[in-house]
Amino acid sequence: MKARQVSVFVENQPGRLVAMLEALQTRNIDIRALSVADNADFGIVRMILSDTRLGADVLREAGFTVKETTVLQKDMPDRPGGLLETVARPLSEAGINLEYFYAFLDPAPGKATIVIKVADPERAERVLGP
Amino acid sequence: MIWSPKYETMPRKDLERLQLERLKAQVARLNEKVPFYRQAFLDKGITPASIRSLADVARLPFTAKHDFRDNYPFGLLAVPHDEVVRIHASSGTTGKPVVAPYTSGDIEMWTEVMARTLTSAGMSKMDIMQNAYGYGLFTGGLGFHYGGERVGAAVIPTSTGNTKRQLMLIQDLGTTVITCTPNYALIIAETALEIGLDLKSTRLRLGVLGAEPWSERMRAEIEAKLPIKAIDIYGLTEIVGPGVSVECPHQCGMHIFEDHFLAEIVDPRTGEQLPYGEKGELVLTTLTKEALPVIRFRTKDITSLDPSPCKCGRTLVRMSKVTGRTDDMLIVRGINVFPSQIESVLLEVEGVEPHYQIIVDREHHLDELEIWVEVSEAVFSDEMRKLESLEKRVRKELESVLGISPRIKLVEPKSLARTEGKAKRVIDRREL
Ligand SMILES: [Zn+2]
Repeated sequence: MKARQVSVFVENQPGRLVAMLEALQTRNIDIRALSVADNADFGIVRMILSDTRLGADVLREAGFTVKETTVLQKDMPDRPGGLLETVARPLSEAGINLEYFYAFLDPAPGKATIVIKVADPERAERVLGP
Repeated sequence: MIWSPKYETMPRKDLERLQLERLKAQVARLNEKVPFYRQAFLDKGITPASIRSLADVARLPFTAKHDFRDNYPFGLLAVPHDEVVRIHASSGTTGKPVVAPYTSGDIEMWTEVMARTLTSAGMSKMDIMQNAYGYGLFTGGLGFHYGGERVGAAVIPTSTGNTKRQLMLIQDLGTTVITCTPNYALIIAETALEIGLDLKSTRLRLGVLGAEPWSERMRAEIEAKLPIKAIDIYGLTEIVGPGVSVECPHQCGMHIFEDHFLAEIVDPRTGEQLPYGEKGELVLTTLTKEALPVIRFRTKDITSLDPSPCKCGRTLVRMSKVTGRTDDMLIVRGINVFPSQIESVLLEVEGVEPHYQIIVDREHHLDELEIWVEVSEAVFSDEMRKLESLEKRVRKELESVLGISPRIKLVEPKSLARTEGKAKRVIDRREL
């Protein structure tokens, strides 16, 4: 299923992550999933938020550079081979390249969720099923 | 429109005759009144009578910025103190400021060249001019103020800063002309965006911008973000303040008011005069200043002169946009680098905001050039490789222009210092 993700440009500097998290906290926005890609100078923080629209606005107000993007969110079984069989192999067989992905465990036991960024989300959704 | 057709469209032969007459008088007066110049003339073997043609200006001594410092505060004054009616001073990047006294005749001349400047930019008595140049010792504020009033426009003396109030006045008073530094024009545009004001809904139509070098690309940026035609002006405290030269509506270089200021281009290293069209250091001689006449002032500004006829009808020589300063010039690993070159490249790489900072450091006896570039929302991507390819693109572009490979660091928007006056683009951390 498609989901909206909020990405934030964060300089690698003391206090920037705190400032970002505080901005979300003040408006009671929950982070459902999070991943960070970084290099020596900056990081890209990617998040699935309880309220995408409000979250993005709050972060912009706090002076951050923010982008909203469409990603795929796919449930999968939390067991050996789960990621491989449910996501990685079907996409690979369909010739779909992953830009990036990150996964998290669901509160429900035995379940996990993966967030996937691909160039063509429509096609990937057809390959993976709902 | 031309404020003073008699002088601004004078046949060049007549203009040159007038310049020579005024130059002779100036040299004679300085020889008599200012010991510094008397000595400098003596050293060069010059007597007032030996100035016979305009070409003789090349024999006159130069005046450098340090001569103002060495003669601080009134050593170069050419009139009795009681004739001074105003004193301005430049910021003075090192040590004492440059002190610029004016007689009432100087104020009159300055007002006149500023009236010409604003008329050339396209302003008339019908306009409402919001003057966001700093008032005070800086010549920008009062120079524009007097010129605006002389033209007959309604002048709003906001001075610089308090941008939200500036925007309120633009809306409420129906401001048509904004006068400020190009950087401040961008701050105004950014602030308007922040508070959700569409500047196109205001009556703003013209900007008269200067007091710091800016590129054609920056002009495009300003004209895209503000509903104005952006006119470039030039001036400096040592000569008169703003009012030395200005673009006409054809925006093809700035016409120098040559009946008051004699312009030359010299090779910055040798001091040799260069012909029209060649790039070099602008050297200015005041022809009518009373309190502080200056002979052959080394401006350190790099430009070139074009005397060919202009479509506007002015016969005055045009100087090209200042592309750099001889003292702004960075030498990095033996290579000359002008911040303006870096600015042009950044603005050409699509989407990169014109806010940047140049940092020069020395690591293990090797100069390192680092450029901090603000990432706008337009170029930000959630994919690392896209941001890294942006860095690479900027680096490669700069490398091809400068011949050295700088380190590029992407930083958050608005994280670089915004100044309301001159932007400090370069931080040189080298200890030489
Ligand atoms: Zn012209």
